[in-house]
Amino acid sequence: MNIPADLKYAKSHEWARLADDGLVTIGITDHAQEALGDIVFLELPAVGRKVKAGEECAVVESVKAASDIYAPIAGEVVAANQAAADAPESVNQDAYAAWLFKLKPDNAADLDGLLDAAAYAKVAAEE
Amino acid sequence: MAKQTLLYATHVRLGGKLVDFAGWDMPLHYGSQVEEHHQVRRDAGMFDVSHMLCLDLEGAGAHDLLHKLIANNVDKLTVPGRALYSCMLNPQGGVIDDLIVYFFRTDFYRVVVNAGTADKDLAWIRQHAGSVAVKPRRDLAMIAVQGPNARAKAWAALPGSEAASAELKPFHAAWFGDALIARTGYTGEDGFELMIPAERAEATWNALLDAGVKPAGLGARDTLRLEAGMPLYGQDMDEQTSPLAAGLGWTVDLAAPRDFIGKSVLAGRRPEKQTLGLLLEDRGVLRAHQKVFAAQGEGEITSGTFSPTMNRSIALARLPAGVAVGDAVEVEIRDKRLKATVVKPPFVRNGKVLV
Repeated sequence: MNIPADLKYAKSHEWARLADDGLVTIGITDHAQEALGDIVFLELPAVGRKVKAGEECAVVESVKAASDIYAPIAGEVVAANQAAADAPESVNQDAYAAWLFKLKPDNAADLDGLLDAAAYAKVAAEE
Repeated sequence: MAKQTLLYATHVRLGGKLVDFAGWDMPLHYGSQVEEHHQVRRDAGMFDVSHMLCLDLEGAGAHDLLHKLIANNVDKLTVPGRALYSCMLNPQGGVIDDLIVYFFRTDFYRVVVNAGTADKDLAWIRQHAGSVAVKPRRDLAMIAVQGPNARAKAWAALPGSEAASAELKPFHAAWFGDALIARTGYTGEDGFELMIPAERAEATWNALLDAGVKPAGLGARDTLRLEAGMPLYGQDMDEQTSPLAAGLGWTVDLAAPRDFIGKSVLAGRRPEKQTLGLLLEDRGVLRAHQKVFAAQGEGEITSGTFSPTMNRSIALARLPAGVAVGDAVEVEIRDKRLKATVVKPPFVRNGKVLV
């Protein structure tokens, strides 16, 4: 299972990466893309939308099922990855490169409340 | 504990992602559902469908039993090996199951029923069977080899099978020793369904693999059948659904004088609902149970998916009477209403998009 050590994770299978510019990039984990199978459609949040932690804000649809994506932390959506929406299979190819959206966090310290790679590996292994 | 087919260990060895389907551990895919779908449309793929149940009906009353039990007319079967698709109805005219019946003699038929309904089907058939012997054939494996190159690859894999089956027309079957080769399937492509004694199941599967037939799982089976406009029992119809509303009127023989269970309810009744196809015009994926809004009223999607062949979303939907092919409708997906066009299934047959 591919779970990069430098990312933070939500139990609902999103990853989050804090960059130097203070923005947090969100995507779904390799485990999540594997479980979903062939991904064919992404519905991404509108730029400018304010989201709470745990709020449904995107949808990833595979051939088999639709899966809600939750904001791991609170913030404002500042970017959505149109390139991934145009080529949804890119999420299957590399779930950590094909990010979904970026948040300007209300409080970057909220990331500390997410799982680290080791804790997420346990969550994924139990499914 | 889910049941396992004779090919279970083979699926595990091939890396199949196994899921529970109607109480059976079955492969959903072996890597990519979409690639397996294309493999069947473009070349040849195979499915383990041994979870479905073969039932042999033997005895002098077999013909009369099927006359009474199924809505299509077994009198259409005159050539040995001829197959017929039919619904089996309850007295209220709802669908107990859909099935294929193969004719050999008027005292010998084989019926293939769905896995999820096998137990209730067996009980229902036995309840009406009288002196006819009803024999479940769990000693048989079933492999569906499907695709434009499926027959040629099956012939290459199974020495002697070409002579036995080269002349078979669609919806006919022939014996190949103690195996049955049927030119039937559930994908909209040419191919065979093979019914094989247990002890040769794995060797047959491996010979097909060596001949270049790639394994495909239930995921691809579902997208293929939906593109082909074929209904799935339990999803597109059930005991509360009339076959006329499910788009299966063509399989119901109301013209012949014979009586069959459910006939009196269906005869003379115009269904309020009809089943047609939908093509999503916007981006998204149609799914079962989404609401459809037409000028004539509301309908519901019974099966929806992303079509790998068409690279867009398609569905079968139960729509109010009066909705016509070409109509624009709306489908509620989450909090939005998206545009869709009503079409006549099938969407795809023999590798070609038809809508």
